[in-house]
Amino acid sequence: MLSILRTIWYVFLHSFQKRVTVQYPEEKPYLAPRYRGRIILTRDPDGGERCVACNLCAVACPVTCIALQPTEDETGRRFPEFFRINFSRCIFCGWCEEACPTYAIQLTPDFEMGEFHRSNLVYEKQDLLIDGPGKHPGYNYWRVAGVQIGGKDKGEAEHEGPPVDVHSLLP
Amino acid sequence: MSSPYPILSIVGIVMAALTVAASLIWVERRLLALWQDRYGPNRAGPFGLFQVVADAIKIFMKEDWVPPFVDKPVFIVAPAIIFVTVLMSFAVLPVAPGIIVSDLNIGLLFFLAMSSLGVYSVVLAGWSSNNKYSLVGGMRAAAQMLSYEVFMGLSLMGVVLLAGSFRLGAIVEAQKRLWFVVPQFPGFVLFLIAGLAETRRIPFDLPEAESELIAGYHSEYSGMKFGMFFVGEYMGITLISAMIAVLFFGGWLGPVLPGLIWFLIKTFLFIAFFILLRASLPRPRFDQLMSWGWKVMLPLALANLLVIGAAVLLRG
Repeated sequence: MLSILRTIWYVFLHSFQKRVTVQYPEEKPYLAPRYRGRIILTRDPDGGERCVACNLCAVACPVTCIALQPTEDETGRRFPEFFRINFSRCIFCGWCEEACPTYAIQLTPDFEMGEFHRSNLVYEKQDLLIDGPGKHPGYNYWRVAGVQIGGKDKGEAEHEGPPVDVHSLLP
Repeated sequence: MSSPYPILSIVGIVMAALTVAASLIWVERRLLALWQDRYGPNRAGPFGLFQVVADAIKIFMKEDWVPPFVDKPVFIVAPAIIFVTVLMSFAVLPVAPGIIVSDLNIGLLFFLAMSSLGVYSVVLAGWSSNNKYSLVGGMRAAAQMLSYEVFMGLSLMGVVLLAGSFRLGAIVEAQKRLWFVVPQFPGFVLFLIAGLAETRRIPFDLPEAESELIAGYHSEYSGMKFGMFFVGEYMGITLISAMIAVLFFGGWLGPVLPGLIWFLIKTFLFIAFFILLRASLPRPRFDQLMSWGWKVMLPLALANLLVIGAAVLLRG
């Protein structure tokens, strides 16, 4: 009986407490830098597309919301012909970011993606691509990878010695 | 004492009761939010007041669906009963001197009778829905309201003894010197609890118990038929709060301010208290509810009646 009255009193005391509601559209909530929101595709410091269309993100995606088609330019540099994320399916788990070998696909602290038509939630490559490098400013995949593309031969990448002539190793 | 402008009183009281009942949706949501450290509806209009309008429009626009398996005539009549009985009770409510539809000699009995009739609405709704949850809800309502009705009447008899009348106007006037809450504090507490059970408010909302019975007796209702139950419940809260103000807190009596304002202040305080109870108390188990009603509240009400009767006799 006493505990009932005490409960009522404690609840009444809440009239004088601060309200915890965040008045959202006027007052934005704080989102951590690693918050997993809208997905972007980033670029090299040089401005080239980072994505090499390896399909790892599409494979890692648990809801298969990523679709892409690899292609190559004349220098042998791979890039996606189209890159499509269906955000009406995406669960923002961040696995694509984990899977990406080139830091191309990244999640950002932005969640305000409301649309009136579901089809508008399918983002194409031009919607996803941003101009900057995102979370990894200095990284340039094609400059550290040992792959041969136009303008960069084998052994010319950063921290890479010239290729060993295997014939010189013969006994 | 009757009203000089009866039609004005009737229209005024009915409109006020309906308006208050409708705006209670907003009041309740805001107050619950306050006690849960939230804001509640605060977007539509100033302080979210237009939420009432939005809710009303929404509920009128909803599809009024009668399921094919229900007992149709009873199903349709049931929500009207609660509405009518609660509105009828407002007829004997003395709002202020001269503002009353009909100050019956048996006003208090009329109020008790009407609140008992309200049970039919719930029981018939539960029965006609042809749904086991609704039926359980209806049966619970019948059992609960019958057992709490008993000491509801008894808890008021102390007031009647003190005032020497069943006429609500006379009861208010008898409180000129001292509000009846002082000599009749146990009666007040008992009536508060019984009133809570009568309106099926949250500590006693076992007939609708969302967590066990979906929505109990009104599971099958939609649209404005559901709205009638809803408005009926809110009007019931208003009525019980007004009755507490009239019977125990001197109705329109109070210094400085006009009687109507005093009445409204007191009524609103009790409405707010009802909402506070909703915010703080959990629902008891059904057997706890019943044994509480019969084994604790009823003997208490009888003892209270005995003591106050003896006191009145001794005073002469």
